[in-house]
Amino acid sequence: MLRITDTGLKRPFICLVFFDRHYALPLLTHSKNRREWPDAIETRLSMIQLRNIRKAYKTGYTQLDVLKGIDLDIEAGAFASIMGSSGSGKSTLLNIIGILDEYDEGDYLLDGKMIKGLSQTEAAHYRNRFIGFVFQSFNLLPFKTAQENVALPLYYQKMDRRKRQDLALEYLNLVGLADWAEHLPNQLSGGQQQRVAIARALITKPKVILADEPTGALDSKTSFEVMELFKKVNREGMTVIIVTHENDIAAMTRRIIRLRDGVIENGNATLSATK
Amino acid sequence: MLDRDTWQEILGTIKKHKLRTGLTALGVFWGIFMLIFVLGMGKGLENGVFRGFGDRAKNVMYVWPERTSQPYQGFQPGRRPQLRLEDITAIRQNVPEVQFIAPRLSIGSQPVYYNDIGDSYEIRGELEDMIRIEALKLHQGRYINERDIEESRKVAVLGQRTAEVLFGNRDCIGEYVRIKGVEFRVVGIFGPMQIKPWTESDLEAVVIPLTAMYRTFGTGERVDYFVCSAAPNVLVSTIEPQVKALLKKRHHVAPDDPQGIGGFNLEAEYQSVVRLFGGIRAFLWFVGIGTLLAGIVGVSNIMLITVKERTKEIGIRKAMGAPPGSIISMILAESIAITSASGYLGLIAGTFIIGGIDYLMMANNLEPDNFYNPQVNLAVGAGAIVLLILAGAAAGFIPAMQAARVNPVVALKDE
Repeated sequence: MLRITDTGLKRPFICLVFFDRHYALPLLTHSKNRREWPDAIETRLSMIQLRNIRKAYKTGYTQLDVLKGIDLDIEAGAFASIMGSSGSGKSTLLNIIGILDEYDEGDYLLDGKMIKGLSQTEAAHYRNRFIGFVFQSFNLLPFKTAQENVALPLYYQKMDRRKRQDLALEYLNLVGLADWAEHLPNQLSGGQQQRVAIARALITKPKVILADEPTGALDSKTSFEVMELFKKVNREGMTVIIVTHENDIAAMTRRIIRLRDGVIENGNATLSATK
Repeated sequence: MLDRDTWQEILGTIKKHKLRTGLTALGVFWGIFMLIFVLGMGKGLENGVFRGFGDRAKNVMYVWPERTSQPYQGFQPGRRPQLRLEDITAIRQNVPEVQFIAPRLSIGSQPVYYNDIGDSYEIRGELEDMIRIEALKLHQGRYINERDIEESRKVAVLGQRTAEVLFGNRDCIGEYVRIKGVEFRVVGIFGPMQIKPWTESDLEAVVIPLTAMYRTFGTGERVDYFVCSAAPNVLVSTIEPQVKALLKKRHHVAPDDPQGIGGFNLEAEYQSVVRLFGGIRAFLWFVGIGTLLAGIVGVSNIMLITVKERTKEIGIRKAMGAPPGSIISMILAESIAITSASGYLGLIAGTFIIGGIDYLMMANNLEPDNFYNPQVNLAVGAGAIVLLILAGAAAGFIPAMQAARVNPVVALKDE
């Protein structure tokens, strides 16, 4: 029932296989790893864990509750979409999952790491290592070539220039754009730009790919190609979360999370049973 | 901080906004240019005025007798005391801080002949130290020395123009000239360090040992006036009252008589000019720094606009994991790069102009009275560079902080 062969625990754990984690916990009280134990187990199960997340914006004397207690688990390797009308809080949720914004209440665990009360520098570090962003308007830096754009996140890891350029080319090849490495974004089509952006999101080997309306600026044929790329990435084990308001895009994911007025309306709908 | 990527980024932004960057750079360029130019010209003025003082010791005073204004010890006012050689000896004995003391007695213009060539020249009797104090220099041979004084030798040092008139281009050392019919052996040629209206007389003077003058021309052991310098580390202003008091006592002048013994303290004069130029320099720095400051505010302003324009880009970078520190250093580096580059050009242009003026003045032999050798010293240049880097950092500081505060959420917003 539990696969803990991969939790990184140094202690002998063979006996524990037979125990539920509630039994195992007391056994581990003497271990310096004891805090990691429940997390480690949940890590195998959940990439993203949101517990009663609340977020409000104060405007003058009124308080606007945007997220009113979100509980959500997204397992590792998931391919999920978050849907909701505007004002449903999906952007805020995305910002919180993407460590771009803080939340007022609750707990957010990303791959077992508590994401709470981080300094700006720490948040930047976690964004860099854990999250790969894909945006609606691609958000490539206009004065950098495709290759340089893909290499950018590695720059913030202080990776040697040559090494990160080589790696960027590798990832461009992965999205089928190796021949366009030297092109500036405005010399590429929308679909190509989004593929460059996906390569940029993948290059740090993040834990989660967060895509915000990735097909919003693309025609349906290109949208389909981009979604195929996401599927391929997901098949290779990457957790992919897509925010969209298009049903047919959401239908291509394996799980749909619907948001309405700051609460999850339906956290486990599968619009299409396929895949 | 300044790796290849940062430079590429800075160059990228600058290339994108050539006009804007250019105008900003112009502000700093002009600021530093003005600072250097104004300081250089100020230095030229200063050099010109201080050159008037010449290379002579500035720590000197001149002392001469004047008519007294108060009755004292039975003497009526209006009497003119007569300085004598014993006074000089007395000063040497009683005021140890005196370094050199050089009296002069002139017997006015007298006929001076070499063979049958001759004219009237001022004859001065001096001791050996005059050339050490006054702005005089030796062109040939030697000046009067101690042995000349002791033995009252009949030797003469000619002013350069006198020597020219009497001897033309011939070597005159060892030749004999007749002064008032008495033969003197020429031992040297001297002249003023700088030819100015007030140094003309030095060109045409003939100097003989004071003792020889007393003996030969029967002047009595009189002295017209004397120049006296203070020992190193002693200001002449501190010995001036001692010397004057001593002379007043010796010549029965009332101690509180403002007249009787007159004098001119070059050191005090020099100090007041030094203070004046200190004030001028401070003013010029103020003006120059003010101009530079205006340029820096310009840079800061533009950087603020740049940050505003690049909000989206900064947001994207932050979403990609750029820590605030890297954003701050990116903006600061750009600001410092613009400021230093344009300021450095301003520095070079200012130095070039100053150097050019100096060169043209030299080449055309222009020597206005109060302007000479405008220059910027190395310390000012080095200081300006440091100032520029600090200025760039200061100019970038507020915009960089602004940039660091950009919320990465903007990367997700679509306009």
